[in-house]
Amino acid sequence: MDQVLVNGAILAASYALIALGITIIFSIMNVLNFAHGQMFMLGGLTVYWVMTELELPFAVGLIAATVAVGAIGMFFEVFFFRRVIRSATREENTMLLAVGTALLLENIALSLFGEKHRGIPPVISGVHRLGDAFIPSNRLLVFVVSIALIALVLIVVNYTKTGRAMRALAQDRTATLLMGVDAHRISMIGFGLGAALAGVAGALLISVSGINAGIGNAISTKAFVMIMIGGAGVVSGALLGAVALGFIEAIGYAFIPGSVTYLLIFTGLILFLLIRPQGIMGKPWG
Amino acid sequence: MVTTSRRAMLKGTGAIAIAGALGAPALVRAQDKTLRIGHLGVMSGPEASWGLVNKYSALATAEMYNKRGGVEIDGDRYRVEIVSVDDRNDPRLTVSGAERLMGEEGLRYVIGPNTDTTATSVRPIAEKNNAIYIPYAFDKALYSPPAENAILGMIASYQTARAMYRIFYDQRDVRRVAYIARNDSDGLYQRDEGVKVAKKVGFEIVAQDIYEPTITDFFPVVANIVSLEPDVIIMSAVAPAHCPQIMRAAREMGYTGLFSAESAQDIKIINEIAGEYGNGLVSIGGASTPEIRSEYMDEFIEHYIGVAGEWNDEAGTKAYALEIILATLQKTGAAGIDDISLYKAAIPEFSMKNPFLKEDATVTYVGMDDFGQLRQIGVPMVLTETKDGEFTTLAIAGVAS
Repeated sequence: MDQVLVNGAILAASYALIALGITIIFSIMNVLNFAHGQMFMLGGLTVYWVMTELELPFAVGLIAATVAVGAIGMFFEVFFFRRVIRSATREENTMLLAVGTALLLENIALSLFGEKHRGIPPVISGVHRLGDAFIPSNRLLVFVVSIALIALVLIVVNYTKTGRAMRALAQDRTATLLMGVDAHRISMIGFGLGAALAGVAGALLISVSGINAGIGNAISTKAFVMIMIGGAGVVSGALLGAVALGFIEAIGYAFIPGSVTYLLIFTGLILFLLIRPQGIMGKPWG
Repeated sequence: MVTTSRRAMLKGTGAIAIAGALGAPALVRAQDKTLRIGHLGVMSGPEASWGLVNKYSALATAEMYNKRGGVEIDGDRYRVEIVSVDDRNDPRLTVSGAERLMGEEGLRYVIGPNTDTTATSVRPIAEKNNAIYIPYAFDKALYSPPAENAILGMIASYQTARAMYRIFYDQRDVRRVAYIARNDSDGLYQRDEGVKVAKKVGFEIVAQDIYEPTITDFFPVVANIVSLEPDVIIMSAVAPAHCPQIMRAAREMGYTGLFSAESAQDIKIINEIAGEYGNGLVSIGGASTPEIRSEYMDEFIEHYIGVAGEWNDEAGTKAYALEIILATLQKTGAAGIDDISLYKAAIPEFSMKNPFLKEDATVTYVGMDDFGQLRQIGVPMVLTETKDGEFTTLAIAGVAS
């Protein structure tokens, strides 16, 4: 059981980074970012490039991934999403745009990095024991960095002027504009922050599981599951969704014969959404 | 100042073109004829490497032939051209891709696709359009009568298992085995076929776990298996991306036994992800380990790197498809290019020297034992074991008939 709890906690911490990013973008812009998984993938591949081609340390790769993917997110917001949101008459247009950007990023990654899975050696080696559980040092590092980053994001969102403007925009866009907030700037920063969180998650997890150009859709699917459980557009919901998915996965793989864990997760999710479509914490869709 | 009129310029250019054409070596002019071969497979998404390796292998082989002036069939030289379609591992796209290649483009020989589901979806289209295709999928129904248009391009997992498990039992004292399979039709099929072989050999099967193809962290899945203390963890239909992750997770939890995969893996990915935990994997490879490969294989590797940017060991098993198609067409003559009945008729008597091995060995069509007809390329079964960051040859066998 010790191992199950440790696995659940580590999974939950890395999932939380992914879920936080997608929920920030959704709450500020009402855009479901289908390219979130591809941004995760780009973060991982950036670290790979920095470490193998430039031969720089992991920490530099981590910063480069955060900055690069954050910048891509800002670019997308300014040149793609802002224009489509302004001119589109249907909400589906932004979803189609997001799918388009996902395919674009995937194909760029495939061209630049090829089809192979890419990985880096553990940043720190060694294995610790906690009760009966094994905790590799590298996974412990990922856990600690993830928790620190989540805390940092929560501080930014809750206690800075920009963070408060983001929350205001998420709650009532019209009222926020009337208060003189520069919505364009806040949207750009919000999209960049969400993308950067996906990038940093990928940058951390490449040292655990590696990354390939095609991994994006799997990550996006998990991100959607998490925000559907917790509630789309609510930060606490995203964290709750991440913790729920992390522990359900760990417990399922340990105790369900044949490991039909994901079959049960999706079945449970459908039943859950029939009862509470807005998720545990979230506001109703639409 | 000397001026040249437009008319004079055109005349001159024409004269140079004619002179060039007449003066060009016969070899180059002969390449006016083109032999187009199709490739259909997954080239995007998590399984992208399977189809891309097929494509790069075909392109490398085509480049080698074209550099020598093309492939000679009935005294004529044909430039080899590969027409490639990505099916994204989606049977609906496989069907439209096959319709395009075999129907609209009229290609009679297609390499791929890569999985049981996509290969099965090609069958009616291949039969309707009289085309031969070379899947990398192991479902016996694809190659057994009444099906007759598919030719398995490599050694099937159940064929590998027979040789591999015997070595485990006799030479490594393996008694307890655990299966971990990818949760899709290929993974479950390979696991079930492997379990049948394992029971015959006399193994105790301690686990038959599965994982989702979309998994990103193997630690929770592998924890269960490691606690059961098997002698070998058998990874059914494991993708090159997942294999080192399973190895690393298991080793980090203290597992000291063997790993096995009945599919080809990639040593670079193993080294990058599993690192120091990468030893002890027994898998199937091509004729690409340094101790057995020929100069022709070296040349193939060089061209493959030129096409793909880097070598992939998986290509060692996929180098054979285009070679055998071209060699069989040389036997059928030019009529076989458009008439697959001639190709099928040539199969029983076909034999060629294995160009990829140093030693004298032949490549024929096999499959009588498993499929009841010759519908498999008889590539050598090279079992490899990872040691200190390299594949080493463990054993060489083959499919008997």
